[in-house]
Formats: sequence, structure tokens, C-alpha cells
Amino acid sequence: MTSPTSDPWNAAGLEASPLAPDVSDFIALLKPRVMSLVVFTGLTGMVMAPGELHPILAFVAILCIAVGAGASGAINMWYDADIDAIMERTKDRPIPAGRMPASQALTFGVILAVGSVAIMGLATNLVAAGLLALTIAFYVFVYTMFLKRRTSQNIVIGGAAGAFPPMIGWAAVSGDVTVGGILLFALIFFWTPPHFWALSLVKAKEYARAGVPMLPVVAGEPATRRQIVLYSVILAPLGVLPAVLEFASPAYGVAAGILGLVFLGLAIRLALRPTPRLAMGLFGYSILYLFLLFAWMLAERVVGAWA
Amino acid sequence: MAKGDSQDLERQRRLRRRNWAMLAVLAALFVLFYLMTVVQFGTGSAAS
Repeated sequence: MTSPTSDPWNAAGLEASPLAPDVSDFIALLKPRVMSLVVFTGLTGMVMAPGELHPILAFVAILCIAVGAGASGAINMWYDADIDAIMERTKDRPIPAGRMPASQALTFGVILAVGSVAIMGLATNLVAAGLLALTIAFYVFVYTMFLKRRTSQNIVIGGAAGAFPPMIGWAAVSGDVTVGGILLFALIFFWTPPHFWALSLVKAKEYARAGVPMLPVVAGEPATRRQIVLYSVILAPLGVLPAVLEFASPAYGVAAGILGLVFLGLAIRLALRPTPRLAMGLFGYSILYLFLLFAWMLAERVVGAWA
Repeated sequence: MAKGDSQDLERQRRLRRRNWAMLAVLAALFVLFYLMTVVQFGTGSAAS
């Protein structure tokens, strides 16, 4: 085995254990929880899109979106191993914990990235494959390597990477990018900042110690809470828009309106009465909010197709 | 048993598990490509 210290790809200079990494370490590199969200939103985009795709090809497309997201996660863990070692939440990841040499994670990520894009192109179309390649490149080069350690807007711009999967799913079926796909993209794009800032309010000290310029670290907690309210004001009506544009039913519109108002209410309450409990409450609710919106749209299409 | 021996055994065990996982992934890819080909030729058009 190559000595990790003489490895030119070991950017963080972390030592790896002489034991070979286990299968579970490779799975951890893929960030399975992020993958599950990406599969869910990608599937929604696919079901909402006009057109048809053979179930086997649809399965392959979803698999490619999931593996592409996992590949981004693996390359992110390779690049961020130094700051992962500092933060409590991430210090047990395979590279900082010394269970895997950094270069192995990079190789694994690159192989999966190239493979997922190639298979997506073969199974569906070049638009979906191109969008998947763009998503991986955006997450790795724009978010991980450029924005994350430089600007407090890292989450805002970098959030685009997490917003692409429903658009990729849409393109896999329809072969193009139309207003519906863009709307699903916008929903996740404007949801991401309040979601992550709520968490970063609680984890601000850890981010500061790792030198990551999250908004609460750079601009302070009151400014972050104001920004959360601002994004919630944009997000609440955006959630209703699928009903207005007739991609979803009026019942969805009513539900999305109520859920959006609750989101805004929680954001305002956090701005007026800042406590870690309320911040974590908003963080938890934001996950439920996005899940319910997408699940509702998905269920309407699936039930509509069977009715 | 010496510590080095148990580490060697653990390393062997992990490598064996990884080899099986790799075999499973390759077999799954083989099946996937086969099904993709059948579907695309079966519908008479490469997806576009």
C-alpha cells in the first residue's frame, strides 16, 4: 500500500490505517441520506414530466442520479477531509477517521461520476446526462472547491447542485428542460438556504472552528435569522406555484399555502425569539415541508395515472 | 494471538468482503446493460 503521507492526492495529509477500508466505508462515502433525498426529488421530476419512459430505463435513470450524487459526496469528502476532521458531525467519516486513504475516495468518486453520466446517456438521453454531469461538476468545483471556504453565500449558490435532480428526472423523460422542471428546481433552490442556515445557527461554533464562512459565522446570528425570513417569504408562494401553473391540483395549492405559511411563521418566531430549540424546530420542519410538497405532487400523478 | 496476526486476519476479511461486493456490482451492471439493450431494441428506438 502507498504511504498516505507520500500520496500527492492526499490534500489534507491525513494518515490512513493499515487496515483495508470496509464495504461500509465506501457506502458512507456516498452520503446515503443525501442520496435518498435526491432519489425522491428525482423520481418526482420524472413522474411529473410529460412523456413516457420504460420502467427499466426509469429505474436506471434514478440509479444514475443516486450514484452521481454519491460520487459528488465521495469527491467532496476527499477534498474536505481536513475540515471534516475538525467538526464533531463529520470527524467519523472514513478519511478523517483514518479508515481510508484519501486517494482511494477520490478514485472511487471519479469512477462513479463518469460511470453514472455515461450510463444515463445510454439509458435516456444526452440532455439528462449533460445535466447530471453539470450537477456533479457544480457540486465539486463550484460549491466544494470554490464557494464553501470563501463566501457566506456558499449555501445559496451551491444549493443549485441539490436542486438539479428533479430537473434531471424531468429531462430523462421529456428530453428537454421546460417550465415544470425549472419550477421544481426553484423550489429546492430557495428551500436550501433557510434549511441549512437554521442548522448552521446551532452549529455556528463548529463551522467557525473549521474556518467555514457560514452566514452566522460571518454576518452574525441576527442577520442570518433575517435572511431565513426573507427566503421563507420567497419560498411560501413558490410552493403554491405548481398549482397556479396547473402542474398540481388546487388541493395541493391550498395545502402548499398552509405549509408555506407555517414555514414563514416558524421563521418569524425564530427571528423574534432566537433559541437553538426553535432553530432545530425550523430545520426539522423544513425537511417535512419539502417532503410533503414533493410527495403530494408525486401522489397526485401516480393516483391520476391509475384512476 | 499477536496483534499483527489479528490485523492481518481482519485485513483479509475486509478484502474478501470487498471482492464479493465488487463481483455483485459487476453482475448487477451486466444485468442492467442486458435489460437496457433488450428494452431499447424491443421498443425499436434508442431513447432520445
